[in-house]
Amino acid sequence: MNVVTANGLWKFFGDYPALRDINFEVESGACHAVLGRNGAGKTTLLRILAGLSKATRGDVRILGGDIRHPDTRRRIGILGHGIAIYDELSAIENLRLFARLYGLPHPDRSAQEWLELTGLKHVSDGLVREFSRGMRQRLAIARAFIHTPDVLLLDEPFTALDDRAMAVLQNLLRRELNRGCTVLMSTHQIREAMELATHAVLINRGRLAYAGLRTAEMLSDPNWLYKNYGDS
Amino acid sequence: MTEFFRQSLSITVKDLRLEMRSKEALNASLSFALVILLLFSFAFDPSSEHTREISGGLLWLVFAFAGVLVLNRSFARELPNDCLEALVASPVSGAALFLGKALANFILLMALELLCLPVFGIFYNVNWTAQFWNLLLVLALATWGLTVIGTTFSALTVNLRLRELMLPVLVYPMMIPALMAAMELTTHLIAGQPLSADLWLWLRLLIGFDIIFTALALALIEVVLVS
Repeated sequence: MNVVTANGLWKFFGDYPALRDINFEVESGACHAVLGRNGAGKTTLLRILAGLSKATRGDVRILGGDIRHPDTRRRIGILGHGIAIYDELSAIENLRLFARLYGLPHPDRSAQEWLELTGLKHVSDGLVREFSRGMRQRLAIARAFIHTPDVLLLDEPFTALDDRAMAVLQNLLRRELNRGCTVLMSTHQIREAMELATHAVLINRGRLAYAGLRTAEMLSDPNWLYKNYGDS
Repeated sequence: MTEFFRQSLSITVKDLRLEMRSKEALNASLSFALVILLLFSFAFDPSSEHTREISGGLLWLVFAFAGVLVLNRSFARELPNDCLEALVASPVSGAALFLGKALANFILLMALELLCLPVFGIFYNVNWTAQFWNLLLVLALATWGLTVIGTTFSALTVNLRLRELMLPVLVYPMMIPALMAAMELTTHLIAGQPLSADLWLWLRLLIGFDIIFTALALALIEVVLVS
């Protein structure tokens, strides 16, 4: 079953086409690494899939439904460039807020569990503005995963993570994939992404250059995809 | 429906908690309101009959100017760390998000107005308590109107660099009918007059304004947030 379907996606910023006729499908339980140089259109694509931006042309279906429908959004987890947590709230208040917004039956229990999973239990009542960068990143991961989503959309999730946050994210991603969650992540950290990915997608200047299985060559040589499908 | 209100309430509590911790909007707007009340009291003779006749207008000018400082922060406080994106991507509908934010703004503005009223009474030598409950009703209705318009335009201007300037430019012209009604009603109520048939017309105007703009805002906010 296809969890994500993108048909003929175009996105213009003014006259500039940031995405040009993107077509691809993501099967349930797959992990797609979306690669591309800076400005290739990875973030634009993920923002459209997340319902944060509208495609100029084309159609996106996630879990068979409209991305802006609350029932669809309830099943999607998003980790974007920003950590999307409030500096003036404590760690537990942040997680409890998002647990409530996603309609979880026991917001407090869920928040406590995710603080434990991300190693932040000891600072649960501390204000986020007092946290180190790594702690904030781990809290952002907990915020994105707390409602056990069926689809995870991650925009450069490994960027600027400290080693502990990186380990937390990789472990949680493996756990989510084992559970059957579908993952789409844009990244420049090709090696880390390829270890988890079942599929690879390469975007060159808004065009889809490759969409298919992640092969052994891609794992052994992180630049293999760029060398064979990338533009010079 | 229950979920809609639960989500709205979560947003309201979150916004009030953030404001109580930072106090940035409330401190700025309260200081501004008190300074303007003080300056106006120098400009007009508090003992003259003319000043009492325009007291409702003066009061609402202060509330409108100071209120915009609170409304400006409504969506702007979601910008650090891209929190607005997480809210838009969550299953919270635009209408629930709007209602939650509008309720938080309403509570903050009402608190500001109730703090300003005694100061106004002292500076302008008026007994504003004579028709207190009617005055409270007018304050609530006009403040809700200001809140609805302000919260909508706060969402619309949140990504503009000049949003602090743009918000009042957009809000004040839209608020003219509600401000006219609020000024007229407040002036009479402060003078101790009960709600007469003439004043009921103004009150109906306020109620109609609130209903129309609340419905419009709830219907259109999703488009504003995603685009």
